[in-house]
Amino acid sequence: MKPLLRHAGIWIAVLLVLAVGLYPAASRSPITRETIFTVLLSVGLASSLNILLGYTGYVSFGHIVFFGLGGYVGFYALDVLGWHLAAATLVGGLAAGLLALLLGLSILRLRGAYFALATIGINEAMKAFVSNFEPFGGPVGMELHFAIYQDYGGAGQALWMVYWGTVLIALAAVGVSFLVKRSRFGLSLMAIREDEDAAEVMGVVAPQAKTWAYVLSAIFPGMLGALFFFKQGIVEPGSAFRLHLSIELLVMVMLGGQGTVLGPILGAAAYQRLRGLLLTSAFFKNIQLAVAGLLLLLIVLFIPAGAVGWLRGRAAVLRRILE
Amino acid sequence: MILEVSKVTKQFGGLTAVDNVSFALLEGQILGLIGPNGAGKTTLFNCINGIYAATRGQVTFRGRKISGLPTYKVADLGLARTHQIVRPLNELTVRENVMVGACFGREKHGLRAAGRIADEVLAFVGLAARAQSLASSLNVAQKKRLELARALAARPFLLLLDEVLAGLNPVEVARMLDIIRQIRDQSVTIIMIEHIMHAVMNVSDRIIVLNYGQLIAEGSPAEVAQNRQVIEAYLGDPDQAERFLDLDEPAPAARAAGRAREGA
Repeated sequence: MKPLLRHAGIWIAVLLVLAVGLYPAASRSPITRETIFTVLLSVGLASSLNILLGYTGYVSFGHIVFFGLGGYVGFYALDVLGWHLAAATLVGGLAAGLLALLLGLSILRLRGAYFALATIGINEAMKAFVSNFEPFGGPVGMELHFAIYQDYGGAGQALWMVYWGTVLIALAAVGVSFLVKRSRFGLSLMAIREDEDAAEVMGVVAPQAKTWAYVLSAIFPGMLGALFFFKQGIVEPGSAFRLHLSIELLVMVMLGGQGTVLGPILGAAAYQRLRGLLLTSAFFKNIQLAVAGLLLLLIVLFIPAGAVGWLRGRAAVLRRILE
Repeated sequence: MILEVSKVTKQFGGLTAVDNVSFALLEGQILGLIGPNGAGKTTLFNCINGIYAATRGQVTFRGRKISGLPTYKVADLGLARTHQIVRPLNELTVRENVMVGACFGREKHGLRAAGRIADEVLAFVGLAARAQSLASSLNVAQKKRLELARALAARPFLLLLDEVLAGLNPVEVARMLDIIRQIRDQSVTIIMIEHIMHAVMNVSDRIIVLNYGQLIAEGSPAEVAQNRQVIEAYLGDPDQAERFLDLDEPAPAARAAGRAREGA
């Protein structure tokens, strides 16, 4: 077994994210920064989802619930409790992880389509709950006082801060994704993905392993949610728990290659690029989600392993380089 | 006694698949479990390793009650099994498949040690050359050996083998029997379900026979082969067999059956 850092795959993935992440600092252009912010946000979310979807084989249609909850909790910490952004981000991640832990103990008993349906139900239930939860502003949500950005050296500085936070979290998500894949824990997840009953017969404590995979896949989305809604300055149930974002995440993971480290990165970048093109096209701008749906259908039908999985299947050389 | 099965019954609705079965197993033995199709052999395995909870009765493994425990806890205590219908982890390599057994079986190794154990076990069952192939690319005989390798990598005290010989050609059967004897020589206790009679009779220290969920015979291979009820379960009415055979020279099996009847 090679030492972890001798794998070419992790360096390709990390350096790719780092290069893309550092580019706006060189160009100093807020427009480039905003484009790349969207891509890295997706990289973080997709890499996290991949731990559950790609490694463990559990389809979560409602993964965005963790992003939304993290956003709300982080927002509450910033706005009502007056915490620093870094602390609010951490607590957003923790809240999401805690929700996953509680859910994991209950709905991870379900398998296949039943689990997938339950995750949709949870997203909708959370949306309904937050809409009626007064401390979170009920149906109108919460809004930050603009003055809060002064604490971070003005709005311009605050946006850079959110950006660097996102770069860090995306890197962390990719790193964790790699470490999990190369670990004993990751082996148990992949055994569960291939045949959960056979894995248990071999001694894999599946309920426990699945729950931790779920928790791990929830923490980074929670943190990203806190950063994202700080940047937006406003959070409301409709924008925090957008189910279609969940579906778009699935498209990214499937497009790039589920169960690979590099796949969700490439998938996120490619999908955001495509989405950018579609949104600026007169014909496609209103039906860009239909394109995402069609894309998902085509991937599932023709290249279920995704781009990286397909490449890995072509040549042994690529299997060594691409993780 | 490494394993005691006591009055185990498993019902599926109105069907009693395993009916009040009791037996005990000495450490280091190979116990053959035979019986016609649908006799409840695999169901009995499933009751022992926790895939099913027995409707009644209990199973004790190394002095500890294991009936009602989930399969992973039973595996943790040192009981491993193979599946009649192979269940390879298709998208993992052969080596990774075996590492799962070493990592999560009785000894709970880390990845590095598990890798070493996997290499050893794969060499032992003759799959070393395919270690880096995906498990899905193996043929049936190789998948059977993979099942065995995964179970062995857990370093179990008791190994349940569910038809590891089925579908193998005679050369492969001989090879597999050799492997099974070597496993026993490493003082692993074995229960094997098998349909290939000459194989199971050759390798087992003791045999138990199930028919319609009931234990109908128990003893050494020679005793069981002469048991009237066993012959009846496999061949139908032994008298009828004898009548056919009596037409000319009585065959050894029929003579044996005749003796067993007279003795009864």
